[in-house]
Amino acid sequence: MNAFGELLRKIGALTIDGIWRLGFASRFFVAVLRYSGQSFRRLPLTIREIYFSGVLSLLIILVSGLFVGMVLGLQGYDILQRFGSSDALGIMVALSLLRELGPVVAGLLFASRAGSAVTAEIGLMKTTEQLQAMDMMAVNPVARVVAPRFWGGVISMPLLAAMFSAMGIFGGWLIGVVAIGVDDGAFWSQMSASVDFRYDVVNGVVKSFVFGVAVSLIAVFEGYDCQPTAEGVSRAITRTVVSSALVILALDFVLTSFMFRGL
Amino acid sequence: MSRTTLDLWVGIFVAAGFAALVFLAVKVGSYSGSSGPTYAVSAEFDNIGGLKVRAPVKSAGVVVGRVGGIGFDEKTFRAVVRLDLDGQFEFPADTSASILTSGLLGEQYIGLDAGGDETNLKDGDKLQITQSAVVLEKLIGQFLFNKAAETPATAK
Repeated sequence: MNAFGELLRKIGALTIDGIWRLGFASRFFVAVLRYSGQSFRRLPLTIREIYFSGVLSLLIILVSGLFVGMVLGLQGYDILQRFGSSDALGIMVALSLLRELGPVVAGLLFASRAGSAVTAEIGLMKTTEQLQAMDMMAVNPVARVVAPRFWGGVISMPLLAAMFSAMGIFGGWLIGVVAIGVDDGAFWSQMSASVDFRYDVVNGVVKSFVFGVAVSLIAVFEGYDCQPTAEGVSRAITRTVVSSALVILALDFVLTSFMFRGL
Repeated sequence: MSRTTLDLWVGIFVAAGFAALVFLAVKVGSYSGSSGPTYAVSAEFDNIGGLKVRAPVKSAGVVVGRVGGIGFDEKTFRAVVRLDLDGQFEFPADTSASILTSGLLGEQYIGLDAGGDETNLKDGDKLQITQSAVVLEKLIGQFLFNKAAETPATAK
């Protein structure tokens, strides 16, 4: 009976802890938004963060985009030529990249490349008591440290996803048209005939923007909330990558079911 | 890293990102085609088959609009399809609409055949002459029925 009570107490503690963290994360999000104005007044801070999360992620995003597009070209051709419609390769590559793979894969790469770095940086600042030192000097750490990193991620993510998709379409074209020999005109004309700007391109950008907000918020929150020890920082980084991946995939399902219901 | 190199890299990054967006919008998506004013006309069909909202409306193979909505008329028991036609294309009032399929397995679309009327279609008009979608099961049923009907004749 005593062990059972202990188990119940543990479940209760976990639930309360989870809800408390969720509430804390929401209030933290509101605080970040509230102090964003202060951090925008010092724009170089945000620009510096765009450099660290955006520009330095460029290489991995572009190379992965190229390879994903090339794989789509190979697999898409293999499937489509069974139905004698290999001319539709452009449609398949473009739609799968714009709607799903571009935002999702770019988001996952962004979380592991830039999100983990942001968590590590903020976590280490907290561990070495730099955040408290700022507070002592009447510098708000949310405005000075957190908000620029948040906005740097939010601004970088849609641009990275767009470059990922563009690079992927180039990769698909490289394999489909240059290597296999699908007709060049059919590839582009069928693509632009069935890819709609508002329906496909804009919805993809909206998705990548939402993922950017989610990943950046998780990264700065986990860093700010971490246990100020070496072990706590490493746990926070792991949590950033894991929960970013889960949130991206779950949000992707929700957004897709709202955007592309097949009408 | 000095401030100016950092600004330069971020500038290159943002410019490349927007270039990718423009590429996706113009080259990959059909941005120019989807804008501009449209006018709506309706058409009633006995059977629309697998027609979907946003399916293309074509005349002579050129996309001139999209299917704006599909409804059901409770009095006539027919399907009512709203066509959003591009404002730059005008059609005679006696234009006929038929539901066609692009290729053997392709999507269904509405084909418009222009008539010879002097007046043009206006917003809210209704197409009088329509031809329903070809339903494969009905076609096969008809074929079998005809086959069965002609067998005794050849047997004699």
